[in-house]
Amino acid sequence: MSDPLLIQTKDLSVTFSIGNGVFKKQQLKAVDGISIDIPKGSFFGVVGESGSGKTTLGRALLNAVPISDGHATYNDGEVTYDLADLDGAALKDYRKRAQLIFQDPYAALSPRMTVRDIIAEPLEVMGLTANREETDARVREIAAKCRLNLEHLRRFPHAFSGGQRQRISIARALVSGPQFIVADESVAALDVSIQADILNLLKSIQQEMGLTFLFISHDLSVVAHTCDHVAVMYLGRIVESAPTRQLFKNARHPYTKALFSAIPSLDPDDRGSAQKLVGEIPSPTNQPTGCKFHTRCPYVTDLCKQQEPPLVTCEEGHAVSCHRWEELQEGITTA
Amino acid sequence: MSLIDVKNLTLQFDTDEGRITAVDNVSFSLAPGEVMGLVGESGSGKSVTAKALMKLNARNGHYSNDSQITLHLDSGPVDVMSLKRPRDMAVIRGGAISMIFQEPMASFAPAMTVGSQMVEQLLIHSNMNKRQAKELSIEMLDRVGISDASTRFNQYAFEMSGGMRQRAMIAMALSTKPKLLIADEPTTALDVTIQAQVIDLMKDLVDEFKMGIIFITHDLGVVAQTADKVAVMYLGRMIEQGPVREVIRNPRHPYTQGLIDALPKLDDLGAPLRAIPGDIPSPLERPSGCVFHTRCSQIIGDICKTHLPAWADTGADHRTACHLCHQGASA
Repeated sequence: MSDPLLIQTKDLSVTFSIGNGVFKKQQLKAVDGISIDIPKGSFFGVVGESGSGKTTLGRALLNAVPISDGHATYNDGEVTYDLADLDGAALKDYRKRAQLIFQDPYAALSPRMTVRDIIAEPLEVMGLTANREETDARVREIAAKCRLNLEHLRRFPHAFSGGQRQRISIARALVSGPQFIVADESVAALDVSIQADILNLLKSIQQEMGLTFLFISHDLSVVAHTCDHVAVMYLGRIVESAPTRQLFKNARHPYTKALFSAIPSLDPDDRGSAQKLVGEIPSPTNQPTGCKFHTRCPYVTDLCKQQEPPLVTCEEGHAVSCHRWEELQEGITTA
Repeated sequence: MSLIDVKNLTLQFDTDEGRITAVDNVSFSLAPGEVMGLVGESGSGKSVTAKALMKLNARNGHYSNDSQITLHLDSGPVDVMSLKRPRDMAVIRGGAISMIFQEPMASFAPAMTVGSQMVEQLLIHSNMNKRQAKELSIEMLDRVGISDASTRFNQYAFEMSGGMRQRAMIAMALSTKPKLLIADEPTTALDVTIQAQVIDLMKDLVDEFKMGIIFITHDLGVVAQTADKVAVMYLGRMIEQGPVREVIRNPRHPYTQGLIDALPKLDDLGAPLRAIPGDIPSPLERPSGCVFHTRCSQIIGDICKTHLPAWADTGADHRTACHLCHQGASA
């Protein structure tokens, strides 16, 4: 590992109690024993269907949901925090250093505040600037980075299109000078033409300011174009994790392969050749035994139903959690 | 013979800020069993156009006098523009034309079971009695791949997952055996794996029921996988239409080219993503001339800013409304 790690987690779990009544309480394990290393200055992607726990993982790393088990540390060279045990001044300081960009730019911005006030709010709440002049200067600087002009700052969010609103959300996340940014489905609500623009903007900001991104998405093609490293999640666990190019060239887990083949091809003559996944992701309160993917896996064996496969390293930086990855690699296709 | 012919469809809305043109002189036709992809960014007028086919637009909407929508049914042609009373509309709304919406949770009434909603529409649109309607509904649920259909029939929408709700929506839309199905972004809210399943299902159903489908989406990949022909819209105008292979492999309008370039490609990860510069203008500030000229990278001069481009033939059944195509033809 050449780059120092900004975020490091070991067996990180997040469990929610759901249901009411003493006897009806159920445990929902949204994130289940996740170990990831996010190098400083990287663009780390997390992919999976809805219900795979990717959002909860992002929130746990921002200390927005309590970590129930395991460790997570943040180390930006200046400070080191144990994310499972943060409070008081340390938590306040961490809020400055770690920020979130939301999915829906229509819901994320208050309709009653001007764009200037929206971007300035983190500065005022955190007390990062001494006076109004300083705040304004900072807001203008960040707004310019996100290609918003002075005229835009005076308006209210309703006057903006989806892409412009997302740029406002990005400006707000950047204004406190964070090191770590969680972008949760930040382009999912946008048109493809605008999506490309926002991805390019995130990428250039990341390089210019040396930030570290956790990029959460359900869209593998978007992740492919932005991230350095991708972790694929299914029902709270990582099933495969690899450098982007490696993963795209040589996906090992049947779930990753299925996600790839589900992307609609732009070639009208390439219809239905893809191997489609049957069924839906099981409910997290009623998880399958053994390998969690076995209910939908075309290569399932008895072993898969009984024993959970460990996450093993198959190549440098490439880990997979499947009992049969070696066999499947050799081209055996049926059980 | 075509199933639906749309000519010069123009629809304007009165708003507090003035009159806006949502659909501007749109013409197309669709044959039975044909799937047309209607593509464009948000705000391009795709949904308004589709809703106009059933006159399902708000009261402040005004159709131009030369707008024509003709639906060719077995019983003879229906002039949709002349339908006024709700009773007459029942022939098309939910009868000859069914619609599937983007968000299946919002399409079902939350306080009624899915089954009772399916039965209700069958009682309105057919001569079935309650028992027959229930039998057909369960059969349809089964047909779209919902397991244990008779249990699901008695459930509420919130008890189903997103993919299952969308399947139930499709079952409901098809149970009246419509001639035309309008699918408004039916897979956008779904995960890719579920999207693939729903697309497969819709393809099977077209083959089986032989209805025409208008498939609205902003995802050209989905269009490539489902449609026979494509129409691209921008700011209420249709700017390119043609067979799906033609339009996707050989797009002629700079806007269509931009939409294709903006898609992340999996075969070349290093390629930069190219966005279409700028945003779609507000309908209150419609550009003069070609509506796309404010964002066009291939603008050829003042003609783009002052004159609306006419349709140019750019291949077999392939038409493009762009001055560039006319220039090529005359040179």
